Amino acid sequence: MIEAPKYTASEIITVLSARQLKDGQIVFAGIGTPLLAATLAQRLHCPGLTILFEGGVIGAFVEPGKLPPSTNDQRCTKRANMVLGSADVLLLLQRGYVDVGFMGGAQIDRYGNLNSSYIGDPAKPKTRLPGTGGGNDIASLTNMIVAMKHEKRRFVEKVDFITSPGFIRGNNTRAESGLPEGGMFRVITELAVFSFDDNSREMKVLALNPGVTKENLQDNTGFDLVFDKNVTVTEPPSNQELTTLRVLDPDRLFIA
Amino acid sequence: MMQTSANKERMNVEPGTVQSYEELRGRLARRDRSLREKVVTLEQAASFVSDGMSVGIGGSTMSRTPMALIWQLIRAGKKDLSCSRCIVSTDGDLLFGSGAANHIETSWFAQGILWGLSKVMRHNVESGACRYDEWSHMAMGMRYRAGGMGVPFLPIRSMLGSGVAKQRPEAKEFDCPFTGEKLLLVPALNPDVALIHVQRCDAYGNAQIDGLQFMDIDLAMAANRVILTTERIVSNDQIRRAPDQTKIPFFCVDAVVEVPYGSAPHECFGVYEPMMQHLEMYVAQVNGDPIAGMKKYLDDYVYGPKSWTEFLSMIGVGEIVAASRRGRSIFDD
Repeated sequence: MIEAPKYTASEIITVLSARQLKDGQIVFAGIGTPLLAATLAQRLHCPGLTILFEGGVIGAFVEPGKLPPSTNDQRCTKRANMVLGSADVLLLLQRGYVDVGFMGGAQIDRYGNLNSSYIGDPAKPKTRLPGTGGGNDIASLTNMIVAMKHEKRRFVEKVDFITSPGFIRGNNTRAESGLPEGGMFRVITELAVFSFDDNSREMKVLALNPGVTKENLQDNTGFDLVFDKNVTVTEPPSNQELTTLRVLDPDRLFIA
Repeated sequence: MMQTSANKERMNVEPGTVQSYEELRGRLARRDRSLREKVVTLEQAASFVSDGMSVGIGGSTMSRTPMALIWQLIRAGKKDLSCSRCIVSTDGDLLFGSGAANHIETSWFAQGILWGLSKVMRHNVESGACRYDEWSHMAMGMRYRAGGMGVPFLPIRSMLGSGVAKQRPEAKEFDCPFTGEKLLLVPALNPDVALIHVQRCDAYGNAQIDGLQFMDIDLAMAANRVILTTERIVSNDQIRRAPDQTKIPFFCVDAVVEVPYGSAPHECFGVYEPMMQHLEMYVAQVNGDPIAGMKKYLDDYVYGPKSWTEFLSMIGVGEIVAASRRGRSIFDD
């Protein structure tokens, strides 16, 4: 019998996302798991990580137990180096100051395109979703890490609508559409860590999370998966990672 | 008098249409930009807004929302407003649910990330009753900035290749004459009127904003009229002691209303955080039934109270004190 994991899906996504960040980087983080994972990285291996929020914040250190309900709330400014207008912080992406963009996702496809606008035909949608926020700008203008729940309906062959572009239709189509370098770098779920093929730009499995099999993963994915030649198994979250995370989010706002 | 001239100034053009530069300067030339006191009541301020106007809303998401003024516009029975804001939350629900607005341009529209999708937005947009035009967050900012700069558009490098751009034919792909690169030109946004809530301003409208500015400075410069609501009116002497803190100059401003807790139940930086109990009650009620639940909320909390202060008393002194304590804690080390 497999021992039940000692962490929730949201917790392993947050911990594995935090591991992707490097000290000294400038990261543009969305609300929820990205904000939490970037804050966790600051407390673990990246004390010099600079976190930007779309509300207009440079260099935040969010307080444990005081997670903001959006990236436009005053709590986001705690111990920041600077506050500025929302358009101006987004323009830092366009100028090229940002190393990593980091956001959640509702629906993603084989080429890393994200949909947070419509379920069904956009002309007559089954569901009108909230929309892009800064997601389109972040995905258009820097290297992206996406942290999201792994479900078949969320991992689809082709998104209903491209809200935030990945590699569009693969190969060179991102560059042809006029977008700068960058695009999808990593996708982190509770089942696996993905990167993207350098040429075809297809999503590929880099590492399986502990206890997850290739069959498992394929069963939960809406398109045929490509596996890296050297697929590894990720180290489970350590006690230190989990303890630090739970101190940051004691009310389990984002890790339930 | 203001209302008559407001009616005359109404453009009522298709959203995304750029106003002619001559017209834009003409409208500004006709505004009284002198250093004069312009303090009015909430009711008087609402009368400056006419049905069908385009309305730019300051703040973002749940922060520095000009909620008291939106509340008053709904009470005054405004119709068919075309609103824009960088990010929309429960303010958009109230505008759609009451029929005050039938169109919103923004980058994101839900009640808040904690609550998932807004059933009110979904009901009104999916039924075709109201329109939600989506732009990227930066595009909204560059549209207000172009409006504030007096140019018809600005180029951006995002949105290209996305469905968001395909849905907005009013944004134009363009080959740069210097580099040959593909860029997206987003049209200037010059709302008929902007509603902005600030921590303090003087009677002339010199406004000081603490903390996050969002797009309010560009919005104030872009709009053809600006109504400020403020937590408190301070003396002009106090403004002049710290002019570096002044973010909106008086000559952009047409009316000033002192409304303590004017963003409730949203937050105002350094003064109060969001009033989450009230918001949770609201979300449960309107998402439970986006028609009857919204009607009941409007009857109980918007049409019912005699004044904004009475609305605040319905939120409750306990919650307001707690929100204020959290709000001020941002200045602690």
